[in-house]
This record gives sequence, structure tokens and C-alpha cells, in this order.
Amino acid sequence: MQSIRQNYLPDALPDFRNLGVISRILLWVNALALLFALARSREIGEFVAKVTGIAGSLEPVLLLALVALYAASSMLERLAYPQGLAAVFAIVLAATAAVFPTQSLLGGSAELRELMWSLGCAAFITAVVAWYFHLRNRAFSPAISEARLQALQARIRPHFLFNSLNAVLSLIRKDPKRAEGALEDLAELFRTVMADNRELIALRDEISLCRQYLNLEQLRLGDRLRVEWQLDPAAEPGLVPPMVLQPLVENAVYHGIEPGIEPGLIEVRIERRNDRLWLQLTNPYHPDYQHRQGNHMALANIRERLQLHFDVEASLNTRIANGRYEIGIAMPYRAGS
Amino acid sequence: MNPIRIVIVDDEAPARSRMRELLEDCRDDLPYALAGEAANGVQGLQIVAAADADVVLVDIHMPEMSGIEFARHLQVLERPPAVIFVTAHDQYAVEAFEVNAMDYLTKPVRAVRLLTALKKAANGARLSRGVLESIDPAPRRHFSVAERGRVTLVPVSEVIYLRAELKYVTLRTREREHLVEESLTQLEHEFAGVFTRIHRNCLVARRFIRGFERGEETEGEVGWSVVLEGLEEKLPVSRRQWPQVKSLGSGK
Repeated sequence: MQSIRQNYLPDALPDFRNLGVISRILLWVNALALLFALARSREIGEFVAKVTGIAGSLEPVLLLALVALYAASSMLERLAYPQGLAAVFAIVLAATAAVFPTQSLLGGSAELRELMWSLGCAAFITAVVAWYFHLRNRAFSPAISEARLQALQARIRPHFLFNSLNAVLSLIRKDPKRAEGALEDLAELFRTVMADNRELIALRDEISLCRQYLNLEQLRLGDRLRVEWQLDPAAEPGLVPPMVLQPLVENAVYHGIEPGIEPGLIEVRIERRNDRLWLQLTNPYHPDYQHRQGNHMALANIRERLQLHFDVEASLNTRIANGRYEIGIAMPYRAGS
Repeated sequence: MNPIRIVIVDDEAPARSRMRELLEDCRDDLPYALAGEAANGVQGLQIVAAADADVVLVDIHMPEMSGIEFARHLQVLERPPAVIFVTAHDQYAVEAFEVNAMDYLTKPVRAVRLLTALKKAANGARLSRGVLESIDPAPRRHFSVAERGRVTLVPVSEVIYLRAELKYVTLRTREREHLVEESLTQLEHEFAGVFTRIHRNCLVARRFIRGFERGEETEGEVGWSVVLEGLEEKLPVSRRQWPQVKSLGSGK
């Protein structure tokens, strides 16, 4: 049993500040309430009345509980799973009890039995939602290691490795110093690619990885490769999934620079606006020159990892404008050290 | 034995310089002369023709014109050189080479392998056009025409129509006509995305079609002709092709 479970991440509470988590809770709770109303009514008129009645007492509790969970999320993060779960139950029940008197003022009966009934419902619904997140966690954690494996194979093109080695060989007799530097870049690049890439890393580390990669490409492509960086210093400490930018830069070289005889420009713009990080990358677009091995593996891979880390709060979009291919990524800004 | 004349074609300067070093290492075993270098296929064709090369070392993965297309154009020369393909990593091409028992080199290249390949090529192993077509079924970007011992390239995008006459096919561009020794059926197959057959002996580039004109009646049936951008000449559409062709002129 132990060995099978090793693939799963340990149980953890969802991040109550995440929009995806919040909307999932809203959906589940309301769906449960609808089911409950449906089960207790015999005709459509009664169903509508039941739904209205339930919504009136349910929604205030739900909203208050969500706000409380949002506020307490940093505290909840520090607790172990069982204690955290107990704290969540306590918060939900407290929210239910707190809303109860105001409801009785609006015409409900403030009997003890009614209160117990509400608390019971709240506990039941919380248990169902917690069970859902537990299952979701289990379903997704093997996907993280899966995505990592898949990424390992897809990320650095063999084409790049062999061409770079060839370029380094061409330097060894004439310029051994530069050859040394290039091999060091190559080693560092592969160290990162082969590392365990599940944890978020600082954006500035990802940027320096991209620079090492571009140094190597510059070696063989020379003047044909031009790169312009626009970096926002406020964005650099932010945390991002590792290898979120390098495969995109590699794609830009492969599809945007290599097919052209004339020099081509790659632009990378990184910005932080409040609590959002924006990455934008553009390169020349060659419509009638598609590589045979051209594929969307890298994009699909990054999109999947963004989703695993940030759920619906991250997005990746591509478009072709003014003869250039554009990729835009938006994700929440997470402060690093 | 005369030294063999070698041309290097590769878009990356370091790769060309590495190849020169390797050739230098082979010099004791095989006398050769470096007859030229080119950074792309278009340049390469002129250099090979001018230098009367025996062997060309060509990278497969190049901008504008792939190494395979380059080798196909070489075949219109009177005495095409032997071609040795070099590739960093092209699974598809490597498989094709293996199937056709062709020699190729992988980057980084070893001097020993280079020497073997050069010796084989110097002994006259030549490629056939058919083999090259089977290796790279992607349409070419240029037609090649042999003219006075040189190769003239005609970009596919400039050709308005192709017409078969006796043993040649005429390429018509806005400026002039060229003759190539190819089969219209094969051209129709290769460039299915660009040209459409309007007649038993004629393919027309779809993007040059401006409309259709009613011709004279023959045997009670109306004939149609294609009006083409940039040409006075109008080409007759055969009755058999008309149903497929008539939709093309509209919507432009």
C-alpha cells in the first residue's frame, strides 16, 4: 500500500484564495442544495419555493464562510491536514451559527432544533466538498509527475543539443576559452532540465536560464539571432513554474529565426501589474515554412503545468499579428524571497 | 589521381568551419581541394556549378531551401556532383537514407566517418532524382532550369501556369517562359496545393486566376477560358475539368 501511495502528494487543503477553488465550492454547495430541494418537493411550484427558501438561508452562510476561509487561509496553510480540516469545519459551523440569529429575526423560528438542523446540514455539505477536494487532489497528483516526465522528453530538442555540441567543437582549436564557457552553459542548462521541476522557482532564475540557452544559440546562429528583453524589476522575485519560459524561447528560435536567412528579432517582455505577472514573447512568423517536426508539445505542456499550479487563474494565449507570432502568459504574482 | 573538388553548404558558420577542420584532418588520406562554401542552397547552386565540384557536403536543415531540395536542383546539371547529407537530428530523413542505402553523416561528425563517405563519393556513387523525391515529399519552393551550364531557379510562387508540350513542360511567369524536363502528372501531384488542372495539358496557379470568359461555341456547347492576372493570354478549360474549375474564380 505504501509504495502505491508514493505517487500521490500528501493530502492538503485547497488554496481558499484561488478563484478556481472558490468557484468550485460555490458550484458544489449550490448543486447539493438544488438536489436537496428536488428530493423534498413533489411538484414544480413546490420546488421553486423550496429553492428560494434554501437560497435565502444558504447563500449568506456560504458567503460568510468563504470570506472567513479566505481570511484564514494563510493560517490554515500552516496546519497539518487533519487539524486544518477540523479548523475548516469549525469556521463553517461558526459562520452558520452566526448567520442563524439574523435569520430568525426575519421571521424564522429560533428553536434549538432548527439550529441543530442547520449545523448538521452545514457539516454534511462541508464533508462532501472536502471529500471532493480530497479525490481531486488524488486524481491530479500523479498528473504532476506525469507532466514532469513528459516535459523531460519534450523540452530540449535533440536538434539543439547536437548542433550546439558541433558549434562547441568548432571552437575548441581556435578559441578554447569560449568553448569552455559554452560547455558550462550547456551543462547548467541540462542540470535544470533534469532537475525535479515540481516546485515553483524565482522568475529571475528562469530568465538567467533563458540567457544561457540564448548564448548557445548565438554561438551557431551569430547575427541572425537578435534578442530584446524588457524586464520589470518588480516581477523578477516572483515565483513561476520552472521551464515556463525556456521552451517558448527555444520555439521562437526554431520556428522564428532558423527558417530565415535575414536576421530576426525575438522580443521578451515581462511585467508585474499589481498581483498579476505578464510574460509576452514575439518572434518573426514564417507562414510557408513549417518544420516537419513542428509541434505544439511545448505549448500544451506549459499550459498543463500552469493549470496544475494556478488552476483557472493562469492563461496562455497565442496569436499572429503584423507578421509576428505572439505568446502571452498571465499568472498570479506569488512573492518569493 | 586528381584531388576531388569539395563544396560545403551549411547555414551555420561554426558548422562550416568545423567541417573545414575535419577535412584538413583527412588531407593525408585523401587529396582534395576546397572549391567553395555557401550559407544557403541558392548560393550553393551557383558555387557548385561555377566550381565544377565533385562532392558536396550539405546540411539538411537550412532556411529557404532544405538540403534535400538543393540536391534535387543539382540533378539538372550536366554532371551533378555526389551529395553527402549532414544532419544534426532529423529522424525522418535518417530513416529515408537507411531505406535507400544512402550515405549520410550526423553532427558532430567524426573525421573517420567523413573520410569513408568521401572515398565512397569519389568512387562515383550518384543519387537518382526519384530517390530524392521519395525522401522529401514536401513540395519544392523553386523549379530548377539548366541554362548554359548553370542552374536558374524559378520560385514556384511566380509561376502562373505549367503546360506540357512534347517532352518538356513550359513554365510561364509574368516575364518569360522556361522549359523543364518533368512530367505534368507528377507536378500536379507535388503541387496539389498550388496548381489546378484546367486541361489535359495544363495546370494553372490558383492565386493568379482572375475569372472566366465565355469562348466560342463548338458543336453546340459553350467553351470557357481562364483569365489570368498579368497575362494577355487566355487558356481554354476543357469540358471535363470545367465543373471543378468554375468555383475557383469567384470570391476574389
